[in-house]
Amino acid sequence: MRRQSPYPYWFVLPAAVVFVVLFLVPTGASFWFSLTNWDLFEARFIGLENYRQFLSEPFLLRGLTNTIIFALVTSGAKTVLGLLLAVLLTSGIFAQGFLRSVVFFPVLVSTIGIGLLFAEMMHPTQGVINVALGAVGVGGPGWLTNPALALYSVALVDIWRGVGLATLIYIAGLASISPEYYEAAKIDGATPFQQFRHVTIPLVWPATTTVMILSLIGGLRLFDLIWAMTRGGPGFSSDVLASVIYKQYQAGFYGLSTAGNVILFLLIATIVAPLAYWLNRRALDL
Amino acid sequence: MTSKPISTIMLTAALSLAGGSLAAEELTLLVGSNPDSIAIAEALTAAYSERNPDVTFEIETRPGGSEGDNIVKTRLATGEMTDIFLYNSGSLLQALRPARTLVPLDNIPNRRNILDSFMRTVSDDAGSIYGVPVETAMAGGILYHVPTYRQLGLEVPQTWAAFMANNARIAELTDKAPVIQTYRDTWTSQLFVLSDYFNVQAEEPDFDTRYTNNEAKYASTPAALKGFERLQQAFEAGYFNADFGAADYNDGLRMVATGEGVHYPMLTFAVAGIQQNHPDELDDVGFFAQPGDSTDVNGLTVWMPSAYYVAKGGDHVDTAKDFVNFVATVEACEIMTEAVGATGPYLIKGCTLPQSVPAAVADMMPYFAEEGRTAPALEFLSPIKGPALEQITVEVGSGIRGAGSGAELYDRDVEKQARQLGLPNW
Amino acid sequence: MVGLASFAVAFVVFVTPFIFVALNAAKTAAGAATLDFSLPKEWQLWTNLVEVVQARDYMLLLAYFNSIVITVAAITLLVIFGAMVGYVLQRRRSRWNSVIYGFVLAGLMIPPAVVPTIWVLQELGLFKTLHGMVLIQVAYGLGFTVLLYRAFISTIPRDLDEAAIIDGAKPFQVFIRIILPLLKPVTVTLIVVQSITIFNDFTHPLYYLPGRANVTVQLTLYNFQSQFVSQINLLFMNILLVTIPPLLVFIFFNRQIVAGMTSGAIKG
Repeated sequence: MRRQSPYPYWFVLPAAVVFVVLFLVPTGASFWFSLTNWDLFEARFIGLENYRQFLSEPFLLRGLTNTIIFALVTSGAKTVLGLLLAVLLTSGIFAQGFLRSVVFFPVLVSTIGIGLLFAEMMHPTQGVINVALGAVGVGGPGWLTNPALALYSVALVDIWRGVGLATLIYIAGLASISPEYYEAAKIDGATPFQQFRHVTIPLVWPATTTVMILSLIGGLRLFDLIWAMTRGGPGFSSDVLASVIYKQYQAGFYGLSTAGNVILFLLIATIVAPLAYWLNRRALDL
Repeated sequence: MTSKPISTIMLTAALSLAGGSLAAEELTLLVGSNPDSIAIAEALTAAYSERNPDVTFEIETRPGGSEGDNIVKTRLATGEMTDIFLYNSGSLLQALRPARTLVPLDNIPNRRNILDSFMRTVSDDAGSIYGVPVETAMAGGILYHVPTYRQLGLEVPQTWAAFMANNARIAELTDKAPVIQTYRDTWTSQLFVLSDYFNVQAEEPDFDTRYTNNEAKYASTPAALKGFERLQQAFEAGYFNADFGAADYNDGLRMVATGEGVHYPMLTFAVAGIQQNHPDELDDVGFFAQPGDSTDVNGLTVWMPSAYYVAKGGDHVDTAKDFVNFVATVEACEIMTEAVGATGPYLIKGCTLPQSVPAAVADMMPYFAEEGRTAPALEFLSPIKGPALEQITVEVGSGIRGAGSGAELYDRDVEKQARQLGLPNW
Repeated sequence: MVGLASFAVAFVVFVTPFIFVALNAAKTAAGAATLDFSLPKEWQLWTNLVEVVQARDYMLLLAYFNSIVITVAAITLLVIFGAMVGYVLQRRRSRWNSVIYGFVLAGLMIPPAVVPTIWVLQELGLFKTLHGMVLIQVAYGLGFTVLLYRAFISTIPRDLDEAAIIDGAKPFQVFIRIILPLLKPVTVTLIVVQSITIFNDFTHPLYYLPGRANVTVQLTLYNFQSQFVSQINLLFMNILLVTIPPLLVFIFFNRQIVAGMTSGAIKG
């Protein structure tokens, strides 16, 4: 008999059972349905017709560009701001404990709540934001009603909502760095910036990996906030892939929407898998 | 944990000892979460339980709009529907595959009370009917602020040109918005196009069949294209309220009730909303049909109300049928009127409106009294309604896209819908 | 100076929206209709609170109960299951490993398929039950949980568990006694984040947990959105009320995060 590993695979079992039964099996089934004309009651096999139809959606290209812009802007901002805030909030500044809590507050509110709140605050004529801008003599734009701006307004709110989580992950990551490294760096005469560059960034790398992957996937998949704030509008101007897919689902085109899901998954996998591989390689090298 | 079954058993035992009556039944009823639907469901079930003390109801709510459609379809497809549920009639009902998922109501005694015009919208190809109407028919047209009209000496327009002339007067003489648009609720943007259908069918009487058969298109049928063009004209003339992109349906109701805006293209069910939100201004709001090109052709596009349906496979089908049978009575109409008021003609024979109705409803009734002055909306004549119309009309109404391009895009959307439905000729 | 400036910026960006909600939740319906940033002319915080709580037969209280049960149960399972997977995944390098990691990422990336999931739940007799909802939340939350644990287990020196194995401890004992306590900072992070996600989830309960008796807090907010059309004050009160449980979790664990991190730093 083989010697038992100290890390036996049965550890994976409880999670695997739940995951396979409630996630993988239904997902597998839905791949089949993406090849059918499916109204939930009957599924008629139509081959790749749904994929053809989805890829010829009039607003697919716009949705695709918007998805990528949104994911890059939000994940970039969350990573950078999250790290900076985490460093700031572990440096012993004024009201540190309070600020740590405050940065996390938006995470606590549900998407529906955030959607309602910001739709009111970003109202072009009565909204608090534009009223405040008006008071200092600046004419605020139609945050959510200007087709050129709507997507970025939602991105801004998404960063506001998500940066607290990134900060929290970074704070936990910073805490796992042994103070000895900083002491050694100080003895070598490193400036605070050099410490940040040569101690903090490399040693906080696992946290960076996590924040980047999570926020990138989250950004590519984002649906709820877009839907709560603009529903992809005005018109189709802030549509992302996930909202295009949802609209097919909403219209009762279930086969078509599952085909869209498969396409979205492939897109995410193409972007995220190499990135995850690269980030992990770097983590091993360090 | 154990006490509940025991007490239920004891209760059942007590009931059967008391008079050998039927065991108590609890039915479930799913309605939209808007206040009218809930109020009506509560009033009707209370009245029914009063007559049948053994039967009680649990009312569940679901989101409205197309999110609600998904809930209904999902629950029907998985066999988890409530005993009775409220849902649209017309093309949306057909998507539920009624013959497969719903109990036919052909043999309920009060079937003969239901007007033919409604029965057509809740029946399948084989002629079975599935639904009993809840609330009244409604019309799509233009709600207007009566005091402003009086103050400026305007007359109800009979043609589109007269309508635009009124708008010009309002823009010139007041700081009110001549036309109210509320694109935060995107569905409200479709009204100029949808309510124009009376005018479309007056000019092209067979548009509905040719449209369903892939022969007539919005972009290439001048009469059908006009709805889009009218929306574009109103935008280009600058007649909309300043916050039209961010205002929602409730803002629209407020504006037309208080006179911040003068015309609101809308369905008349909005009268119930005004009654609830702005009861004091209710009689300041009047109504007229969306005018067309000539005074000779002037009529209403009509929407049928939602209906109660009985889902197949429930445990209480017979009681559920008895309940919907009760809903098809004059008495039930009166209960509904008392609960939320009436905003149009009922579709149950013998039901009448109360003596005093809101001004907008009074304005709408004469159209129904005359022959040939109403036509059903296209969604009750054809199974195809493209799902993206509301986004397209937002684009046209916001100047992002012209009317012609919008109509072409809509034709593509319609084509997708027809192919998904598997219709012949597409 | 930097401190004060960042304090001011953070306050404006992160706190004013909440003050806005709170102020409007305390106004009358007419007062809140204009949505401006002003003190209520008439304070009726308590009246509004009572009205929201009482709406639709105290539905909110039932919703609190359901949401809390689902959240607590799902978090407990997620932490244990997720940490076990993350541990094996990080420590054992083999072919299987990348397969499992692939599934973890897939779990994060693939949007769930609603109708087939309902069929599975029905077969198992779990549809419309809180148990079923708990397991769904576990299945959907595993990707995130495993990813975080895996990242942080890599900061725990292997020597620790190897030493314990040499001392004759069983693998599960090593995990429970040595690894799990060291994971406290991440676990706290996870509890905070995942409990908020699950508590604030709206779409999944909407599909997998229909029925009035099964209502959850976000569903009340969604329902009230159409019910309180002309009473935006009550809507804001509802937002305020449903945000309180996550806030309590955060306040409670906030100290734990700090404490956990200190201990992590000493051992790290």
